[in-house]
Order: sequence, then C-alpha cells, then structure tokens
Amino acid sequence: MNEVWDNRHLLWLGLKLTLQLSALAIVASSLIGLFIGVGLVYGNRLIRTLLRLYVDIVRGLPILVVLFLIYYILPAVDISIGSFHVPTNVGRFQAAAIGLSAFGAAQVGEVVRGAISSVPKGQTDAAKSLGLTFWPRLFHVSLPQSMQVIIPPWTNTAAELVKGTSLASLLSMSELLFATR
Amino acid sequence: MYKLRWEYITNNKDLFIDGLVLGLKMAILGLLIGTVIGLLLAFARQYGPRPVRWFVTAYVELLRNIPLLLIVSLLYFGLPQVFPRRSTGQQWVLKILPDAERTFIVALAIYAAAYLTEIFSAGIVSVGQRYLEAGTSLGLTRTQTAVSITLPIMFRTVLPSLGNTFIGLFKDTSIAVAIAAPELTWAARKVSTDYFRYIEAWATAGAIYLVTCYAIALSLRFLERRIKWTVA
Repeated sequence: MNEVWDNRHLLWLGLKLTLQLSALAIVASSLIGLFIGVGLVYGNRLIRTLLRLYVDIVRGLPILVVLFLIYYILPAVDISIGSFHVPTNVGRFQAAAIGLSAFGAAQVGEVVRGAISSVPKGQTDAAKSLGLTFWPRLFHVSLPQSMQVIIPPWTNTAAELVKGTSLASLLSMSELLFATR
Repeated sequence: MYKLRWEYITNNKDLFIDGLVLGLKMAILGLLIGTVIGLLLAFARQYGPRPVRWFVTAYVELLRNIPLLLIVSLLYFGLPQVFPRRSTGQQWVLKILPDAERTFIVALAIYAAAYLTEIFSAGIVSVGQRYLEAGTSLGLTRTQTAVSITLPIMFRTVLPSLGNTFIGLFKDTSIAVAIAAPELTWAARKVSTDYFRYIEAWATAGAIYLVTCYAIALSLRFLERRIKWTVA
C-alpha cells in the first residue's frame, strides 16, 4: 500500500483526466444526442435513415473498438472543407473524447427518440391547435415532457461513459506496446 | 492517398474467425455463470435475512459502478500477488485462473452477475401475487414455490433483458485485449501492429462485431415474436 501512497500524484492526475474526459464526453454526447433524437423523430426520410444508420452502427460496436477506430483511422483520412483543412491528427485524449462522445451520443439519441415518441399525441395536437409552430412545440411541449423519461437512462449512459474512460488507458497501452516492438 | 490492401486481412482470416469464436464463447460462459450467481443473489435479496440483503445490494452497487477493465486487471494481475510466492494459495489461484481466457470469463461472470441480479430481482417482483398464493394453497414450501412457480414465470418477462445483456457481454469481451486473450479485438490489434494495416484491421473487426450483434438482436426479436412470453 506504501507504493500507492507514494504515487498518489499519479492517481490524482488520473482522476483529473478521468473527470475531464467524462465531463467532456457527457456534455458533448448529451447535446449531440438531443439533436440525434429530435432528428430521428422529426427529420425527413434522408436524415432519419442517416441517423438510424449512425445510431445502429455505433450501438453495435464495443466502445473499445469505437475508440480504436477513431484513434487509428481518423488521422489517416484527409478532410478538407473548402480551403479549411480539418485537423484529423488526433492524440490519445482527443481520440478518447471523440470516441466516447460518439458512443454516448448514439445512446442518448436513442433514449431521446424513445422519450419523445412516448409523449402522448394529444399533447402535440393540443399545441398545434393553440397555433404553436414546430420549434415552440418542440421546446415547450414535447421536450419538457420527455425529460422525465430521459433522465433515468441518461444517468445510466453518463455512468457508462465514466466507466468507459478506463478504456482510454488501452489506447496508450497499445502505443506503449507499439513503442516496445 | 492511402491504398487499402485487404489481402493482409484475408491472409489472417483465421485470427479473426478464432477471435470471434472465442469472444462468443467467453460471452456465453460469462452469461451462464453470471445467470447462476445472479439468480442466487436475486432470490437471496428477495427472501434472505437482512444482512444477506445488505450484502447483495452492496455487491450489485459495487460491481455496477466499477469498470470491467478494473475487475479484469485485479483478477489477472492482482490476485496472484495477494499470496506469497509458491504458496498453496497462489497455486490454487493459478489452478482456478490458469490463463487470460479463464480469468476473463470469471471476471465477466462476476460483472454480469451484478447486472443480472437487478434484472432477476425485477423479474421476481413482477410475478403476480395470485400465482404465489396458488402455490401456497397447494401446500408448496417457499423453496418449491420459488423454483416451480416464480422461476418459470419470471423467465419469460426477463428474457428480452437477458438477450440485451448477452449482446452487451459480447461487446464487453473486447476488453479481454487488455490481458491478451486472443479474441476479435486482439486479432485486429495483432494484424494492425504486425503489418501496419490499421484501417483494414479495425474496419474488419468493427464489421464483424456489428454483424454479429445485429444477428443476435434479430434472432432475439424473432424469438420474442414467435413465442407468447407474457403470462396473463
């Protein structure tokens, strides 16, 4: 146990990194997941198909594989929007953050979709008859009522993301292995 | 531009196939052992004395809130160190957990048991009171009621969650790469680092995971539709 105490600064650093990574992943995946959920319910056919594809693919992969995919493949692709070159040369931390956010966003998206669909249709009809247009209807009627349903599974996803940060160590581990090779 | 060369994958397809088989095997064994532990714990929490209930709750909360990677590392690296070198205790540990594969199965089972306990507890509660009363009026003991009434009825309500747990466990087998059990993720890492074919290797592993999980999910959905699971 002495070794643990002597190296407490390492644990402290690790804790800080875990918290940073978790916070980043939770915030990002909640925001993106909200959009995905709304898109899955209200988007047109193209958007729905694309989002469904994304959600199903990411949810069918282990988090670890998502992390490895991003860590290894993202730097190899060349993305340019106009003259702007998107920096894809991600490090370990960025890869872990992007991977966890992508994973969480898919989970949250599915949760939000389910929650919005669970709001009774009468609510939207009532809002329509009051003359509310789409966005006020979404923000003042559908979403507030689905929050109740969203929160419990959302906490689960958040906990899963915090636990998922442990997998980030494998990214560096593979690099260490790679270096020793 | 990067040129994809899939021949490195096809030349090493045995690694991927063996990896998939090992992953499925570990997931199935983990689920089976986990189910046994989970059932015992769930019934203990429902019918046991208070200290037992506390213990089960503590177990579930503890295991559900630490990452699987940590359990695996503790079992694989930590447990043999607990005992002095070449002591009988260490011999026993090495006998029970001789290799990465076995260690991972045990870790997965311990981990899954916590989740399954929750699922089974919910299943036990969902069994209608009248079935239990019917059992009592037939003169069955509590154990008999549990085994021949609660168990079969709850199994039907619990099956969809069991299927989801199985898919989750199969995905969790990817973590076994950390202790170098030769499953799918390990195969992908080996091919990627041996031949520097990162994109091909990881895309292949991802595709295999995706197809397998989807196939499992579809067959589960088919099962659920095919059989009338609910009991009135």
